[in-house]
Amino acid sequence: MKLMKHLAGVMIASTCLCAPALAQTELTMWYHGAGNEVESRIINQIISDFNASQSDWQVSLESFPQGSYNDSIVAAALAGNLPDIVDVDGPIMPNWAWAGYLQPLPIDESEFADFLPGTKGVWEGKLYSIGLWDAAVALYARQSTLDDLGLRTPTLDNPWSGEEFIAALDAAKASGKFEYALDLGMNDQGEWYPYAFSPFLQSFGGDIVDRSTYQTAEGALNGDAALAFGEWWQSLFTGGYAPGTSEDPADQETGFIDGRFAFQWNGNWRAVATMEAVDDVVFLPAPDFGAGNKIGAGSWQFGVSASSDHPEGAAEFIKFATQDKYLAAFSDAIGLIPSTPSAAEMTENYKDGGPLAVFYDLSEAQALVRPVTPGYVVQSKIFTKAMADIANGADVADTLDAAVDEIDADIQSNDGYGH
Amino acid sequence: MASKLTLSNRTGWAFALPGFALILGFIVLPFFFAIGLSLTNQRLISPNPTQFVGFQNYQQLLGLAVVTLEPERDDAGEAIRNEAGDIQYPRLREITRSDPQYRGMREWFRWTSGENARIVIASDVVFMKALVNTFLFVLVVAPVQGGLALVLALLINQKLRGINVFRTIYFMPVVVSIVVVSLLWRFIYDGQNGLLNSILQGLTFGLFQPVDWLGNPSTALPAIMAMSIWQAVGFFMVIWLAGLQTISPTLYEAAAIEGASKSQTFRYVTWPGLRNTAVLVLIVITMQAFALFAQIDVMTNGGPLDSTQTLVFQSVERGYGKQDISGGSTISVILFVIVLTISLIQRWLTRERY
Repeated sequence: MKLMKHLAGVMIASTCLCAPALAQTELTMWYHGAGNEVESRIINQIISDFNASQSDWQVSLESFPQGSYNDSIVAAALAGNLPDIVDVDGPIMPNWAWAGYLQPLPIDESEFADFLPGTKGVWEGKLYSIGLWDAAVALYARQSTLDDLGLRTPTLDNPWSGEEFIAALDAAKASGKFEYALDLGMNDQGEWYPYAFSPFLQSFGGDIVDRSTYQTAEGALNGDAALAFGEWWQSLFTGGYAPGTSEDPADQETGFIDGRFAFQWNGNWRAVATMEAVDDVVFLPAPDFGAGNKIGAGSWQFGVSASSDHPEGAAEFIKFATQDKYLAAFSDAIGLIPSTPSAAEMTENYKDGGPLAVFYDLSEAQALVRPVTPGYVVQSKIFTKAMADIANGADVADTLDAAVDEIDADIQSNDGYGH
Repeated sequence: MASKLTLSNRTGWAFALPGFALILGFIVLPFFFAIGLSLTNQRLISPNPTQFVGFQNYQQLLGLAVVTLEPERDDAGEAIRNEAGDIQYPRLREITRSDPQYRGMREWFRWTSGENARIVIASDVVFMKALVNTFLFVLVVAPVQGGLALVLALLINQKLRGINVFRTIYFMPVVVSIVVVSLLWRFIYDGQNGLLNSILQGLTFGLFQPVDWLGNPSTALPAIMAMSIWQAVGFFMVIWLAGLQTISPTLYEAAAIEGASKSQTFRYVTWPGLRNTAVLVLIVITMQAFALFAQIDVMTNGGPLDSTQTLVFQSVERGYGKQDISGGSTISVILFVIVLTISLIQRWLTRERY
């Protein structure tokens, strides 16, 4: 009997505990950051703040490792099982929007007026996703290296030209102090390739696909500008300036810090760690190869799935999460660029005169999003393979032509991807 | 026979049922799906309706043609040569772009006959390279891995103190996940300061020039072969060992009394006794070798210059990476036909002859 009493008591107690939760409608959310402690801590903080701040919605989070996140979403969509709030990588967003996985954000765009352009996911004139941060790439160097080699420090207004860049690499190579003059992170044959290297192509005047129609890559990826880019790209490896595709990931991570590379083309997410290890690290803007200096833009963003029963609740959450204090929290923790100038002012690194403020300026001045088309998912793979093949010595013109043929065939077999 | 199978063995069927259901649900059914998908233009995700396209996917993968390029000639009709004396040809793309029949096709390989160049063009060069690499992999790995496993099995099939230690050591790589093994070997093969280069340099007192094993098109596939053979050899060693232990010791005793030498004992007692095991090992190794994927995915991504592309890797790359599920399915159907054919041939060649 005593046991029964206990049980009854527990049941009553648990019902009471559940009661406030029952009044809230449950929203599900998927996030790509499983395994990243810092990111998980902040996102969990945002969610518990949101759940406590109002009584209508209760967000529950499920995290996936980044490597398998996109596959999970696709599988869930095919099974009709998408969460309400999805986290989506910027360049992939048009693909999911086109496939009908996402709905336009039910939030007025004026809410995000001061957000960096790279943080807004726009497809067919509608805002589908919004990012809490952007990422940027810069040329990591040591001030002491620049001084020793007698190199001018490039600035945003006056970046290195293509010749100056090669001259700098030559000087680094001739000094004999480095294993390689430049590290490009060639081991990571994923989204890094188009994100980090297609801006070089764009700076030469080419592109992955012709952005005026998005129906062909002819002329963009195999025109004269692209050929010049390809020859230059190959010379980085045949000339022994940069390690190739077989680079060991561990070497890539520590090479610049250990002083084995003179320069490193790297993302701002590595900036905090590098600053801790290298006192005089400087972040230089991309060189200008003739058509302006460019870097990639667009990182992970939040959107609302098309099958969500409660888009208004999802929108509430996204509005809540895009407050300056959370943008600043993410930035402080992982060194990403906060989406708004007001949030930037609240951060350690991006406030005026902060050590990484340069990245905010880079992102504002140079950022160019990757081609905004559902076909980008395929084009990214084809571009990556072409870059790896050219680096490994394939004929430049043939490789770029083949990539163009493959991109065009894919666009055709997808009926033009709805453009 | 049928009644005996179905009636008097009810418990047996009940035990087998979960296994059958799983195989049916996760292997047989998806396989028929794959055949169906390979005849359509299904994408992984797309709002466009799926259409039946017949054998277009197969044509797209298997299309081959030979074209002849005439040299570029000067006004006198002589073939133009560059400084090295090589004949200059116009670009192949001028043909593949202008002739709709060859559109989108690329050079696979070429040879010269007289002044003309004969070029084999394929509508999917990467697939062709993957096909060749996969066959090469099977041709090397099947005999070497099977043979090595037999040698190891003979070595550890002895009554020695501590023989179990050796058995464990040889079997250990099989238990470790192939992904972990691949990651480790990526470090071993590193071109800068990898273990393999360091050892070879140490052994040759610095004479050996470091090789970028996975970064060099001519060494990448052999490197992956060597690592794959090492990784799974223990598994087949155990199968050989099981076969060895079924051979009756009386046969060995009889052979010893007859005065047979070691090699005669192996030739006339051990090998005939291993017959069925050999068939099993051969077929299983062949099938596993055709399925080469994880090592490629972790170590090279098919590169450098497609030297390590394989059929399964291409199938996954297309189906998921490029969202072309019908193309990926087509490759898997082709692979199925190849493996089935080869297994049937092996079965026929190793059949019991009376």
